[in-house]
Amino acid sequence: VSGATDQLPRLLALVPWLLAHPDTSIEDAAHEFGVTAEQLRADVTLLWMCGLPGYGPGDLIDVVWEGDRVTLSNAEEIARPLRLTPEEALALVAALRALSDVPGVVAAGAVDRALAKLESAAGTAVDGGRVVVATTGTPAVEPAIASAVTDALARGRRLRLRYWVPARDEPTERDVDPIRLFTADGAAYLVGWCHRVEDLRTFRLDRILAAAVLDADAAVPAEVRDRSAEAGMYRPAPDDREVAITLDAPARWVADYFPCERVRERPDGGLDVTVRARDDAWVRRTGLGLAGVGRVTDPPALAEDIRSAARATLALYAEPEGEGVES
Amino acid sequence: MAARRTERLLNLVICLLHTRSFLTADRLRDLVAGYEEAPSDEAYKRMFERDKEDLRDLGIPLETGVNSWEDEQGYRVPRGEYALPEITLEPDEAAAVGLAARMWSSAALGGSATRAVRKLEAAGVEMTPLPDGLQPRIDPGGSGFPVIAEAVRAGRRVSFDYQGTTDTAPAQRHVDPWGVVWWRGRWYLAGHDLDRDAPRVFRLSRVVGEPTAQGQPGAVTVPAGIDLTTVVSAYDAGGAPVPATLRARRDRAIGLRRRAESVEPYDDDWDVLTLLTSDPERLVEEVLPYGPDVVVEGPPDARQAVVRRLRLLAEANP
Repeated sequence: VSGATDQLPRLLALVPWLLAHPDTSIEDAAHEFGVTAEQLRADVTLLWMCGLPGYGPGDLIDVVWEGDRVTLSNAEEIARPLRLTPEEALALVAALRALSDVPGVVAAGAVDRALAKLESAAGTAVDGGRVVVATTGTPAVEPAIASAVTDALARGRRLRLRYWVPARDEPTERDVDPIRLFTADGAAYLVGWCHRVEDLRTFRLDRILAAAVLDADAAVPAEVRDRSAEAGMYRPAPDDREVAITLDAPARWVADYFPCERVRERPDGGLDVTVRARDDAWVRRTGLGLAGVGRVTDPPALAEDIRSAARATLALYAEPEGEGVES
Repeated sequence: MAARRTERLLNLVICLLHTRSFLTADRLRDLVAGYEEAPSDEAYKRMFERDKEDLRDLGIPLETGVNSWEDEQGYRVPRGEYALPEITLEPDEAAAVGLAARMWSSAALGGSATRAVRKLEAAGVEMTPLPDGLQPRIDPGGSGFPVIAEAVRAGRRVSFDYQGTTDTAPAQRHVDPWGVVWWRGRWYLAGHDLDRDAPRVFRLSRVVGEPTAQGQPGAVTVPAGIDLTTVVSAYDAGGAPVPATLRARRDRAIGLRRRAESVEPYDDDWDVLTLLTSDPERLVEEVLPYGPDVVVEGPPDARQAVVRRLRLLAEANP
């Protein structure tokens, strides 16, 4: 991309924006357009060389500087922004459709209304509904739970959650000061200060069994809030232990799902991966889930623990009333 | 120098938007500031051709035509086609748009979405400030999304290297794309696989390297009455739901209990759960992690699959 083809689209958006925002500081405009103040000053300087053929006083774009503030006029031809390109329309429309898949994050109906307006404004630049979002595929979050969580987040209130911890397969009660809500892999997550463990925790919204907004202000220590910015989805801590897993070819996809420390190709088409895990219960569940298509190989004691759980499970299938057991 | 070229292009755009009649290349050379720098007719011709191409690349609708009083072809840009139509957003709609624009975890798509929002703001839309804590994300799943989604929009054939679940190495695939579907947190391409001459679904995160679009826009015909969501969910899930019966230890397997149709006590320690599954293989995946807390009673193929897979694990060499 040459300098010209980068700068021109910015200018074609900058002119209408400056017309709509008279007396704007260079810093504000630079921030809005994601460029340095120096670059924005160069942009504006270029503008007053431009206008209609003749290029006399009445033909050129008028630029008025007052200190570091700028006001534009006499740019009627390019007073409207250029229509959206297919790339721009696609990026925004697809993201909006995906957003409609995250319940409770924005007001119900707002996404659909915004989509309809954008699709009509973008015209042929949109895809006629061929980049679609299948909402039925996502884990269901009850609207009441989603709105309690976003409400507490917006008003800075404490939440009381009844939360299912899959690794332990049990519900827990906890008070949580919400910090942020994010999505990953099609699920919505809440990061908050959990009073039960007095630490940051991440909660999947579809595993919240009940949520109540308490009549108490969220009190997240400032240093914790800073730390939470780093704490996106489950991030393995350095002291979590390494677990080695061998995946057969049909289970290669598993490597997409976990944040793997290392991935190595195997000659048989499988993969050797290393993950960090905080919780032995999580490793056990994962190892059992991979039965027949992959196995935990290290630490050896954990690998044996998983095999013995498999044997214990098989014993239940061998009970006399069992049917259909292969002999 | 880039700035002089930008200046010339901007003057050209303004001139072409201003004119109602078509302006010939010769006329534009006289009118637009910057073209006087061309040292020869040949140099001007090259310069003008490149400028036209740049404008088209930016999505500026450059119209060609002949005025009734002339013979030579000329150019203009119709303002109605150039400009973003009037758009106003309510505060909650603007909040949704602002949030969507920062959802992409890919710089390329995030940049496109941000440029789109700047155009909306330039059109007078007031964006709503968003709470810092709201950070939904979508992962485009590899670098293939923009090319494939654009091929879908334009109706062009695509080819790409694809790492299937059971393939040891990526293989090239040629596809007439029907649509791209966001399903369970991932992007899928549904279309007609030309190599296999059959409908296929591809996960975008398994596309290796850059896809390429080929052929004329509009060349791909989507079969009438196709429902993309159904195509992708069928690939993911299989046929019609069938009832499954499980035994679960009391107070365990809460995830399965939450979606069970019924839960009845079995004895002092166990409950019987019935639930619907559209894919016994998926039920097996769901049940295995619970280990000795859940026993599949039926359907028989799911029960056999659990036993077969647990045996492979129990007998695996340490």
